[in-house]
Parts: sequence; structure tokens; C-alpha cells
Amino acid sequence: MPKMNMVQAINLGLFQEMSKDDSVVVLGEDVGVDEGVFRVTAGLLEKYGEDRVIDTPLAESGIFGTSIGMALAGLKPVCEMQFSGFSYLITHQLEGHASRFRSRSQGDWTVPLVVRMPYGGGVRAMEHHSESREALYATIPGVKVVIPSTPRNARALIVAAVRDPDPVIFMEPKRSYRAFREEVPEEEEVMEIGKAQVVHEGDDITVISWGAMMRPTIQTVDKIGEKLGKKVELIDLLTVSPMDSITITESVKKTGRCVIVQEAPKNMGVASEIIARINDKVLMYLEAPVKRVTNYDVVTPYFGRETNYFPTPDRIYRAIEETLNF
Amino acid sequence: MPKKEIGKFSVSYMQILDETGKVDTKLEPKINNKDLLAMYRWMVLSREADQRMINMQRQGRIGTMGPSTGQEAAHVIPAYLMNEKDWFVGAFREAGARLVRGETIAQALLFYNGFEEGNKKPKEYRTLPVSIIVGAQTLHAVGIGYAVKYRGEKDTAVVTFMGDGATSEGDFHEALNFAGVWQAPVVFICQNNQWAISLPRHKQTKAETIAQKAIAYGIPGIQVDGNDPLAMYVASKEALDRARSGGGPTFIEAVTYRLMMHTTADDPKKYRTEEEVDEWKQKDPLPRFQKYLEGKGIWDAKKEEALVNEIKSEVDAAVKEFEDLKELPAEACFDHVFGTKHVDIEEQRMEFLDDQKRGTDNA
Ligand SMILES: Cc1ncc(C[n+]2csc(CCOP(=O)(O)OP(=O)(O)O)c2C)c(N)n1
Ligand SMILES: [Mg+2]
Repeated sequence: MPKMNMVQAINLGLFQEMSKDDSVVVLGEDVGVDEGVFRVTAGLLEKYGEDRVIDTPLAESGIFGTSIGMALAGLKPVCEMQFSGFSYLITHQLEGHASRFRSRSQGDWTVPLVVRMPYGGGVRAMEHHSESREALYATIPGVKVVIPSTPRNARALIVAAVRDPDPVIFMEPKRSYRAFREEVPEEEEVMEIGKAQVVHEGDDITVISWGAMMRPTIQTVDKIGEKLGKKVELIDLLTVSPMDSITITESVKKTGRCVIVQEAPKNMGVASEIIARINDKVLMYLEAPVKRVTNYDVVTPYFGRETNYFPTPDRIYRAIEETLNF
Repeated sequence: MPKKEIGKFSVSYMQILDETGKVDTKLEPKINNKDLLAMYRWMVLSREADQRMINMQRQGRIGTMGPSTGQEAAHVIPAYLMNEKDWFVGAFREAGARLVRGETIAQALLFYNGFEEGNKKPKEYRTLPVSIIVGAQTLHAVGIGYAVKYRGEKDTAVVTFMGDGATSEGDFHEALNFAGVWQAPVVFICQNNQWAISLPRHKQTKAETIAQKAIAYGIPGIQVDGNDPLAMYVASKEALDRARSGGGPTFIEAVTYRLMMHTTADDPKKYRTEEEVDEWKQKDPLPRFQKYLEGKGIWDAKKEEALVNEIKSEVDAAVKEFEDLKELPAEACFDHVFGTKHVDIEEQRMEFLDDQKRGTDNA
């Protein structure tokens, strides 16, 4: 299996889906000639031409609104928001239309499309290039929110997103784009949207994360194993909405302890929802309160201050240790 | 029911000082020497600061920055014509104009190095921070224009900048429409630098000019050679006078060129040719202005050399000021979330400080 980074892996997924299905089109700002500002769409224009790889005018609502139309007419648009910080311009079309056509028409009209957007911090970028706002999209019924964490699951999930019958917000952790490489099979691999993954099994504590926070979390979990001799069950959420409650609650039932690591601020975050579900289903199994390691409820600082603002491995370590010792 | 023509519209283009240095004396504005030299100096300072920042980014001394080299006439001249009472509502490619408005190079460096303090400025300056969300600021300008009118403030204009790419955003069109309906005292200056990252102007809009978009909103619009300081002077002055005297908004398309990369993270070789860039280098506003000043007998090689040296030391001093800055407090992100204190934020501030103290005690 070839080793690749996440940019190459998503690119591979797009390449293969476009070759299989000529209704798949890619559109967005600078996705064609420039091959995307992160080069995720590299080679697509050359291979599939201008009709299928569209450099659009600079208008997010335009990109997304026309994607809805394309999807209604049977195409499968994969549109790109250059950074998630510019995606708020699509929210009226998302909440008002993309998420509603299916129920509005009682299943007659559907909007199968993908919105790809790099999200999150850690790349020393300007304002609006560092936020993590998955919770914003996860509150909209009818919209799926998927966040891969490695090259391999990114490829398998982008394929699933393209084939999904509903609008999928596909948030790419830009900090992980080129951070590491992983073996990715050339042949087709698809993961199911709506399913979390148990990355490794353990009995002592459940640790849940997603996206860019998986890396520091995995490193910390390894250290917990070495230093404290505890077995952590690590879960990668992968789909934020609709959430896989079963994988989460089955694990917590077994371990009785849980820590959640989230890059986004604390207030109304995905971690809050995970805790609510644990509370709903397995409260009686808990041996310690569930802890969350999150960002602070402050406006995302410019990059000069971002390092301290993310959940650091030290904060994650302390949260796990405290929960184990409770 | 006859079918007949009910409207006829035209778009004008203005150039006064052409790329060879020839002046159209019929259109030439009367500007005193002091102002001419001051405007030229701002443009040279802006260019030097820009080039220095690109180097500093390359050396890892600041973060990503977006150069404005080549566009100095299009934004320095209107900023120079603004008064203290006027409002400046910029985008992100008017570095020279921000210097004219009183921002320091050291502050700009701080901004590009990822600190909000780079935006800090006394409110009296009426200069808003950089706006990165393309097009959004144009609506703010119109709201400010409304407030100026509402308060009956005399002789006050609002100047807002945007790029050619911004003219595709809905916000831009809503701003022009509101400005027209409200007759807000706003001067819209579009720096059409031919590119929005990799998208050329002709793929941004099918319209022949950007200036003509003003017509649809009932606003006077003009296309100007944005690399011609004299044409920018005349067009900006007329627009500012109109706004300040209750005549409503104006739209100026300043035709210019982004001579450098979009930002230091961009590689323009992917989408445009060296020949195109070279062609535009011939239209560079700086040598053109220099020729004009020489023609008027108020500039020569010796003065140029002295100015360049003076400006180099000015930029050196600014870089030193920036690099000598003591470390800024890490917890500043908790200071300005709300205008009122909230227990959540204060609790999290304490947690944050505690975490900073504990550092890597478990590592
Ligand atoms: C709403 C929004 N979408 C996308 C971006 C990313 N972006 C930054 S600048 C830019 C191009 C802007 O082009 P233009 O308006 O012509 O200004 P220029 O950069 O040429 O000065 C893009 C796409 C952004 N900042 N804001
Ligand atoms: Mg432009």
C-alpha cells in the first residue's frame, strides 16, 4: 500500500469517485488552475476538464446555492470552502434549503452534495483561518458533519460523503494535512458515515476525540499506558452528526470513566452532547464524572496566542489522570 | 404598447499621467508641491515596508502577509485626501493607506505576527481594523455612512476598499444598493488588481468593467487608471467632495495590478505568466510619479537617493521597535470577549493561568 498524507488521500478519493461517476463535479474558489490553496484538488482540472472542475467567482453563497441546484438536478457537487472561516456565508442556504428539501418534499427532492472545508488551527494563519465550529453545523437537522483524522479514514470518508444521499459537511483538519503519512489502499475503501471507530480497546477509561485533536490525544494515551499502566479505550468520533451513541455508550458501560478532547470552545460543543448521551443511557455505570478538555470560550485568538489556547497534551494527560484517580 | 429605449448608460475611463510620464494638461489637477512630495513619500515608504515584510516572512520573523506592491497609487492617494473626520473602512490590501491613516509599520508587523494588538488604534482615527472576510466591510461602511447622515455630521465621508474578487460577493451588491437607496456618504474604491488569488478578472465577472456595476444601483461610477496618481487624485477628490456635501455615494474602479504573490503562502507561477507581470511592471505607479515630479523640476536622482536612504532607516527603526517589543500577555484573549465580566470567562482564565503555571509537570 502506498503511503500518503491527508491531502493526497482526499485527492485520491476525489479522483476515483470522479472517474467512476460522471455526475460528480468539483467547484469552488481556486480549485482548478491553482489546484486548491492546499492542493487537495491537484490534477483534477487536467484530468476531468473545466466542466467538471469549476473555478467559480468569489462567492460562497453562490458556490453552495448553485451546488444545491446541481444536486437537485442529479449532479453530485463536491464544493470547497477555501477555509471554514468563510463558510458562514452558506448557512442560510444550508439551514434554509439544503437541509430541508428532503422533508419539505417528503422525499421527492434531495440534495446529495459535499461541502469540503479545511478547519482548525495550528498553521500560523491569519484571522478566520483557525476556528473549529463543527458544533454550529451539527445543530442543523438533515445535515451530516464528518471529520476525518488520518489519511486513510479521510479517503474512505470522502468517498462515503460523495455517495451519501444527503448534504455532508466534510471538515478537514488542516493541521493534519501534511503532518504525517499513512498507508492508504489504492483499491476502493469506504467507511460508513455515522459510525465512530474504536481505535484501540481498553478497560480502564474511554477517551473520545476527533479531527486534529486525535494526534495529541493518541500521544497522550500512549503515555498514560506507559506511565500509569492503564488501558485506554480510544474512540475516534469521525462523524459528529448524526452521532454514534452506541459505540460511545457501550464503551463507557465497560470502562465507567470518560474524557473527551475537543478543539472547539467548551460552550455548546460536541463534547457537551456526548456527555448528555452518556447521561441519558449509561449514567449508572459511571465511576467518575465525565471530563472534557476543550478550548476556552473566547474569540479564537490570532496565531501569536494560539498554541496555549488548544488542548495541550499536558491538559489531556491531567484530565485522564484525574478521571482515573477519581 | 411601443417597445422603446428607456435608459442609456455609459462608463468613463480616466487617465491623466500615462505610463510613459506624459500628462494630459487639460485634466491635470493643481496640487501644490508639498502635497505631491508627501504623497510620493508615502508610496515609497509603503513599497519599502512591503518588500521588507516579505523578506521577514521568508525568514520566519513574521507570519503570512499579503503584499500591496504595485497598488500604492490606488490606495495611498485617496487616503491622503481624507480628513480626520472621514472614516476608513479597509479590506486587507491597502497597507500604504493605513500608514497614511496613522498606523505604524511596527504595528503592521505585530498584526502579521499574529497579535491583535497590531489593530489597536485610538477611536478618533476612525480607521477600522483589517477585514479579511472578502466584501463584508463594504456593508459596515454604508452603516457608518447612515450614522454620519443621521447625526448630521457635516463634511464627513466614509471610504471603503475592496478587490475585484469582492465584487462577486453578495455583501458587495447589498452595500452598493443600500448606499444608493440611503444616499449614504460612502466612497467605494475597488482595487481591481486583475486577480483574486488565481482567478483572473475576466472569470470574476462577465461585465466589461467593474465600474458599470454602479449603474445598476443608481450610483455614479467611474473607471480610473489606478496606477496613475493624478487620476486617482482627481477621482477621489470628486467622490469625497460629493460625499461630504450630501451628494451621496460614488464608486471608483481603480485599474491596477498585484505585482507580487496573493500572500506569502501563494505561488503565482501556477496561474499567471512572467510576461504578464513584466508588462504591468511598465505601468508601475512609483517610477511614473517620479517622472512627473522630475518633469515639474521638484525631483532628481540625488533627492531620490536621499529619500530611499531615509526610508530604509525608518523601516529599520520600525523593525527594531517591533522586535524589541516585550512579550505580550498570553491571557489577553480573555480580556475582550464581552464588555461585561462573566463568571465563565473568569473561571476559564484562572484555569488557563493555572495550566500555564503547571506547564509540563506530567510530560
Ligand atoms: C468570504 C471570503 N472568502 C474567501 C476568502 C479567501 N480569500 C482571501 S483574499 C481572496 C481573493 C480576494 O480577491 P480580491 O477581492 O480581488 O482582492 P485581492 O486579494 O486581489 O486584493 C480570497 C479568495 C476570504 N478571505 N473571504
Ligand atoms: Mg484582486
